[in-house]
Amino acid sequence: MPAAIELRDVHKRFGDLQALSGIDLEIPQGEFFGLLGPNGAGKTTLISVLAGLVRADRGTARVMGHDVRKDYRAARSALGVVPQELVFDPFFTVRETLRIQAGYFGMRDNRAWIDEVMHNLDLAPRADVNMRALSGGMKRRVLVAQALVHKPPVIVLDEPTAGVDVELRQALWRFIRRLNRDGHTIVLTTHYLEEAEALCGRIAMLKQGRVVALDSTSNLLKRVHHLLLRLRLAGELPPELRELEHGSTEDAHVLRLKGYDDVERALSSVRRAGSRIEEMELVQPDLEDAFVDVMRRS
Amino acid sequence: MSGFPTLLHKEVLRFWKVSTQTIGAPALTAALFLFVFSHVMEGRARVYDSVPYTAFLVPGLVMMAVLQNAFANSSSSLIQSKITGNIIFVLLPPLSYVEFFAAYVLAAVVRGMVVGVAVMLVTLPFVDMEFRNPGWILAFGFCGSAVLGALGMLAGIWAEKIDQVASFQNFLIMPLTFLSGVFYSIHSLPAFWQGLSHFNPFFYMIDGFRYGFFGVSDVHPLRGLAVVAAFLVAVSALTLAVLRSGYKLRH
Repeated sequence: MPAAIELRDVHKRFGDLQALSGIDLEIPQGEFFGLLGPNGAGKTTLISVLAGLVRADRGTARVMGHDVRKDYRAARSALGVVPQELVFDPFFTVRETLRIQAGYFGMRDNRAWIDEVMHNLDLAPRADVNMRALSGGMKRRVLVAQALVHKPPVIVLDEPTAGVDVELRQALWRFIRRLNRDGHTIVLTTHYLEEAEALCGRIAMLKQGRVVALDSTSNLLKRVHHLLLRLRLAGELPPELRELEHGSTEDAHVLRLKGYDDVERALSSVRRAGSRIEEMELVQPDLEDAFVDVMRRS
Repeated sequence: MSGFPTLLHKEVLRFWKVSTQTIGAPALTAALFLFVFSHVMEGRARVYDSVPYTAFLVPGLVMMAVLQNAFANSSSSLIQSKITGNIIFVLLPPLSYVEFFAAYVLAAVVRGMVVGVAVMLVTLPFVDMEFRNPGWILAFGFCGSAVLGALGMLAGIWAEKIDQVASFQNFLIMPLTFLSGVFYSIHSLPAFWQGLSHFNPFFYMIDGFRYGFFGVSDVHPLRGLAVVAAFLVAVSALTLAVLRSGYKLRH
């Protein structure tokens, strides 16, 4: 069974900017995969190479085993891309937009699926409204729907929830999870790391056009060897704990500890100093900590 | 199944939805040209011996509208899509560059032909027209609008701003159509300008198109069609090469 996405030694340069520097990546079918990185890391360029919008200077890219250059028809038919930019065609209604998009992929008789996509993204009540009259959030939903109209086995979502309300986010992820359960491969880029942590089984982190981390989400979280201890005290923080201070809110101190052993030491120090603990919370590291950690080290 | 029919349908639908602007406006402009020029020039300009000036003018106006609107269709569609970013919707699907070319050019031909029929309908009540060789009318109408559709694609792909397309239209297409014999027969020009007109491909389009109505032309229609067809092949080859390279569409 071919990989859903396979990238081998992919390079791309735009003028002086080396956008991609030898990307090697293989995403098996059925995976929910996260592609993370700071702005300018190369995520969108990588997606554009897969989609045929950008031609790699070197290396190969395949979708479901089809080379994106030599076998572009099969590769593009297998791929649905939700672009990052909020773009739309102002001449058409939502329904027309989706039918036209399906037609571009050679699908003329898939009204039932288009209705289902619109229903799941809560677009049905606005189906006959012109695109110009939709809010930003609704236009984003249409973009997601456009990527799904031809039922692609591989779906790439490039920051699909940027500037989107909670209701859509929840509806979108419910639908995307269902598609993933049905066997669709999902590739997600997002700046909302809690979304990636909750959804993605495996994550690649990009920095300056290189993959700097590639592992399962749980393994990436295990790489972070610290805990955060949030304390609200009646009294002062002992001086020996000040160097552990990772930040503080108006009424609480946040300490960065190396492990659980340090928790007991910190509490002892507080007691010795005569301060009383009014509130305490132990915060496990999350993907954001792992991300910051990886970016700092690489 | 190919996405070509859908792209063609979408491009036709795009101008049809704003038909007041894309069909009605050029028909009105042509009617105004006819009223003004026929009033001023009737009986003064020397054209084919047996053809009244107003009747001579109508095919020229029709073809001018056909050509300008064919150009406007493909160029405006592409530049608007590029500027708004929705060009991505036609770049992501599995459309070949040949299908892409054919859909935009054929939609431009449809727009040109529809506008041509509209101009004809608006002007017919004011003039007695003959239709001696409809085949030539269709042949020159199709080839001429296809050439301009392909030129419109080149302009739309090359331009990064709407005013660059407007420059292309105002400084190239408009002068070439105005100086192609829409308002006069080149035989009324001094020898130098007559000779120069033969280097303007638009002249052959309008001259041959006019032959279909009156059975009279400055150049034999077969020679004219050969020139227009050769121009169509050259412009199409260039446009296809540009599309194949991904110039300004795929990085």
